[in-house]
Amino acid sequence: MPSDRLTPARLRPRDVLHVGSAGLRNRPMRVVLSALGIAIGIATMIAVVGISASSKTQLLRQLDELGTNMLKVAPGEDLFNGGTAKLPEQAPGMISRIAGVEHVGATGDLKPTVRRSEKIPESDTGGLAVKAAGEDLLKALRGTVGVGTWLNDANGRYPSVVLGNVAAERLGITTPGQQVLIGKRYFTVIGILDPLPLAPEIERSALVGWKAASTLLDFDGHPTQIYERSSDASVDTVHKLLARTAAPENPQNVKVSSPSAALQAKAATEGAFDNLLLGLGGVALLVGGVGVANTMIISVLERRHEIGLRRSLGATRGQIRIQFVTESLLLSGLGGLAGVVLGSAATYVFAVSGGMPWVVPPWAVGGGFAATLLIGSVAGLYPAVRAARLSPTLALQAG
Amino acid sequence: MTAVVELNQVTKKYPGGVAALRGVDLRVAHGELLAIVGPSGSGKSTLLHIVGTLDRPTAGTVAIAGHDVATLSDRRLSALRARHIGFVFQSFHLVAGASAQDNVAEGLLYSGLTRAGRRKRAAEALERVGLADRMHHRPHELSGGQRQRVAIARAVVGEPDLLLADEPTGALDSASGETVVQLLHDLNADGATIAVITHDSEIAGALPRQVRIRDGRVVEDTRAKPPKPTGPTGPTGPTGPTGPTGNEEQCQATD
Ligand SMILES: Nc1ncnc2c1ncn2[C@@H]1O[C@H](COP(=O)(O)OP(=O)(O)OP(=O)(O)O)[C@@H](O)[C@H]1O
Ligand SMILES: [Mg+2]
Repeated sequence: MPSDRLTPARLRPRDVLHVGSAGLRNRPMRVVLSALGIAIGIATMIAVVGISASSKTQLLRQLDELGTNMLKVAPGEDLFNGGTAKLPEQAPGMISRIAGVEHVGATGDLKPTVRRSEKIPESDTGGLAVKAAGEDLLKALRGTVGVGTWLNDANGRYPSVVLGNVAAERLGITTPGQQVLIGKRYFTVIGILDPLPLAPEIERSALVGWKAASTLLDFDGHPTQIYERSSDASVDTVHKLLARTAAPENPQNVKVSSPSAALQAKAATEGAFDNLLLGLGGVALLVGGVGVANTMIISVLERRHEIGLRRSLGATRGQIRIQFVTESLLLSGLGGLAGVVLGSAATYVFAVSGGMPWVVPPWAVGGGFAATLLIGSVAGLYPAVRAARLSPTLALQAG
Repeated sequence: MTAVVELNQVTKKYPGGVAALRGVDLRVAHGELLAIVGPSGSGKSTLLHIVGTLDRPTAGTVAIAGHDVATLSDRRLSALRARHIGFVFQSFHLVAGASAQDNVAEGLLYSGLTRAGRRKRAAEALERVGLADRMHHRPHELSGGQRQRVAIARAVVGEPDLLLADEPTGALDSASGETVVQLLHDLNADGATIAVITHDSEIAGALPRQVRIRDGRVVEDTRAKPPKPTGPTGPTGPTGPTGPTGNEEQCQATD
């Protein structure tokens, strides 16, 4: 007579997977339907996080290109005399002598308006401004000329003008050589700029050389905006010195701002995702989990004979539990996988159609899977415990 | 001769007060082939559950393959079933989508063998029940008798000390039933200890020993005289301990 020590053999991981998936293989339609809820939940969450991450990455890349080292100096309110203060004529030169400053570009607002022809009334500005522009302006803005050339010493003396991209569009100018009316005089368009996200006011301006502005358009030589680009390291120290340097007598009349700050703030808010949508995804996930639990309970009821059979073949209660928890995990895991794929695809479509980089944060994928596995084990636990408690004699009953 | 099954004054009361077994003594030695007969509701299936360790008695002792069932935890009982007991059911309980070979291999799933080892032994067991050519058929592609032979192969693939069958021919026509009974005889001839519940007195009469149950009691325990040809192969081994009492010889209806 064998006097063996009766210890149950352990199921190998592969066998656990095998028995855990057996119930699913026989009912593909049910698998699809009960995994759907989890798939929708995970897909929603991945898409919400992915889309905001893509937008944010897009903005951060833009910021990187534009740089965060540009500061803008403008006259503020004149506290004593009322009205708008004026910056001294020498301000750009003074600023360029601050240590760390690399480029200084200035513009001065001009009174005349820009029109396509005399047929349009002078008062109709179309939201466009005419400004005198220093040569270094484009460098300070890191701007580029789309077509034509930028203002220089030579053409800056003559009635030539460079248009911002919005101004060119509104005036209907597409190629250099065309003429626009500024005040009472025709100017030849010599260039059209590319968009300037950090200086939208330049995008909607007609820019005339500094010298031409004073000889042809009565410019008084006082800059209205100064754009200053410094090395990244010296941004803070330059910031502190700007007002005093630009207007040593009335530094309180000078406004210093950082145009990239607005973009940075936007990037920060883009990074915060839509909590409502995320919550909806969570609800879908929860409903999906309930669906899986329901499927598992039905599965256990239907397979009472199989459970009894397995017990008669020597399965321990623990092995029955493992089988059904595995089945539940597989079920929700499949849903989670489909959800990740769907959510990533949705993000891809959104990103590509918006010209953005496609970003699905790994933590979101990992988190989604973790949530799925958690739901799978919670949903499977109760049915599995019930299955394990079933009497093994059930298998012997006919039917 | 050591006993595979030893029941002592076994009583089973179901919740609700039905006493399905009332003081059953039963000893089954190695290599025996016995029929358990009796009217419906007499407690045959209950007895088989207890002998198969699927259920525990309310009173009395049960020893299977030398293990006192009362001292064993549920885990150890599972191991006992995995190693020492094989079951055959009236309604086969085969896995619908799996091939005959995989169904038989499932009988070794809880034995600790590798998948390859299980499949190899499953093939051998199928050969033994005469289904070598049906290895890759799925249950719906097999006849009822073939299905029951697959189920028997699953029960014996682990070479259990004890094979228990509850109405193995109950769902079969008489011809298929005969092949199944013949198979049980052959397995017994090769040394297996087998207990069969049956309503069919012809089948019961062909077995070397009959245990008759009525109202939860063993009312008759008869043994045929030693070697009697039971089939083409003929019995080689088991000569149950000669029953000294009531040595009724039944006609051997099988061939
Ligand atoms: N799980 C149970 N709970 C309560 N009573 C039960 C249970 N199982 C069986 N019984 C009762 O125990 C008695 C014996 O039942 P058992 O199934 O052992 O009979 P049987 O001899 O196998 O009958 P049959 O030949 O019809 O299969 C019957 O009266 C039955 O009603
Ligand atoms: Mg019965």
